[in-house]
Amino acid sequence: MSQREPTSLWQKLSEAGPLCERWLYSAEANVNLGALSRGSSLGAPLDELRGASVLIAARDQLPAALALIELDGIARRIVLCPPDLADEHLPSVIATGEVDAVVGDRCAAKAGRFIPCSAEIVPAHRVRRASERTEWVLLTSGTTGAPKLTAHTLCSLSTAMAGRDPLGAGAVWSTFYDMRRYGGLQIFLRAMLGGGSMVLSSATESVGEFLARAGAQGVTHISGTPSHWRRALMSTSLYKMAPRYVRLSGEIADQAILDHLRTAFPDADIAHAFASTEAGVAFAVGDGLAGFPAEYVGRPGAVDLRVVDGSLRIKSGGNALGYLGGIAFPHDEDGFVDTGDMVELRDGRYDFVGRRGGIINIGGQKVHPEEVEAAINRHPSVRMSLVKARRNPITGAVVVADVVVKSPATGHDADALKGEILEFCRATLARHKVPATIQFVAALEVGAAGKLARHA
Amino acid sequence: MLARSEIVAVVEQVAAEQSKALAPLTDQLGLLETGLDSLCFAIIVARLEDRLGFDPFNAAEDTDFPVTVGDFIRLYEQASSGDVAA
Repeated sequence: MSQREPTSLWQKLSEAGPLCERWLYSAEANVNLGALSRGSSLGAPLDELRGASVLIAARDQLPAALALIELDGIARRIVLCPPDLADEHLPSVIATGEVDAVVGDRCAAKAGRFIPCSAEIVPAHRVRRASERTEWVLLTSGTTGAPKLTAHTLCSLSTAMAGRDPLGAGAVWSTFYDMRRYGGLQIFLRAMLGGGSMVLSSATESVGEFLARAGAQGVTHISGTPSHWRRALMSTSLYKMAPRYVRLSGEIADQAILDHLRTAFPDADIAHAFASTEAGVAFAVGDGLAGFPAEYVGRPGAVDLRVVDGSLRIKSGGNALGYLGGIAFPHDEDGFVDTGDMVELRDGRYDFVGRRGGIINIGGQKVHPEEVEAAINRHPSVRMSLVKARRNPITGAVVVADVVVKSPATGHDADALKGEILEFCRATLARHKVPATIQFVAALEVGAAGKLARHA
Repeated sequence: MLARSEIVAVVEQVAAEQSKALAPLTDQLGLLETGLDSLCFAIIVARLEDRLGFDPFNAAEDTDFPVTVGDFIRLYEQASSGDVAA
């Protein structure tokens, strides 16, 4: 079996549905996939990149997506550069990825060759014969230091798509994510391998503009982090789209955000998926409840789950191959990838409580900020919240919260609402977990990967 | 500057929220005899820090840890008046 000819994304997406009916939509341009059978977005013949390690470094998603379609099966390795990669990290990415050529819309890096790419398909004869089992390399942003280069294959990236999630020809997929990150790439591949189209987001658009554009293209399946969705729920443009499938991933989906989305889209399938760049997609939960059923752990199937010392470990064909550059990959002796995501078993269900590294210690008692946020977010006046530690001379630290409310309160009303939210927390949380103080803020910072920015 | 009455109001509010029976607050009363536990004091310090903009325990290195209610109130009164003077 392994001696089979390599296949490619181009070949698979061509087989998935008629190209002339399928589109990649972006804020700048719309490209019909059929154009790629008669032309190319790359400024050089594919054979010049055959067997090479290629860094795709485009500013916008559309040229990057087109280059990816063209180069899978041709290049030995494709390193997908996210748009926010700091220039200072580029040399180490190029060295670690053993990059021979940069495909991009700006020549920012010194590597062997620079080949321009664009969103424009120029008529050209291209031999799209696959000769390589291309390694796909994604960059995970560490909060400090150089990014890690995580290696996958088209196969490992698409294992979760074998009929478990709604695919289907004619689907129009979209995501708030950039498609060069794991979460965005999952949606891109679902669109391409499932015979659908895709609406790409744009860094230059507001949330409202993006939602309106996705709605205008008839989006049917859309995904984002809970933070993305909390922002979207603040936009009046949310109702310009009517998706059949709404997906959350990348952060803990608490009950409040699931309930809000259920109210906003009463007829849609709403699922929250668990995935990480290293571990791949583990599962999607579609019952509308936070957490996941305990029986997912230890059940036979394509994805093996374990809980060890409170953290979720995953072994599946979706696991990354490893990191490039000789960095140790976080898997145990049985091949399970430790996600660092902490879970707790309650009433037959595992709840996600937070990241291993994010624990706040209050006089010896531990708190995950995420579980406090989940409690705060259930208050009907709250849109979103960020819980953090504040140094304290009595207990070492206390929990404090920044809260975004749906309609701003001032003066006496604000004090009353703070008291109400604290009361609400005291009803469900142990007392050391209840915030000592609450600040109302206009907005919370959401990082480039769509996750709430947590500063140490 | 923070008035004694404001400090006492925060102490009383936290005691009520935490369902603690607060002893009558006199300057001589030991902090441990107030009926409040360390988490209550941690919350009080955090709330006063919001009002004051800083935490006097942290601001002065040679601060003696307050033992009585009077010590505690004086720490905040002095810290906040020093703040105004600076």
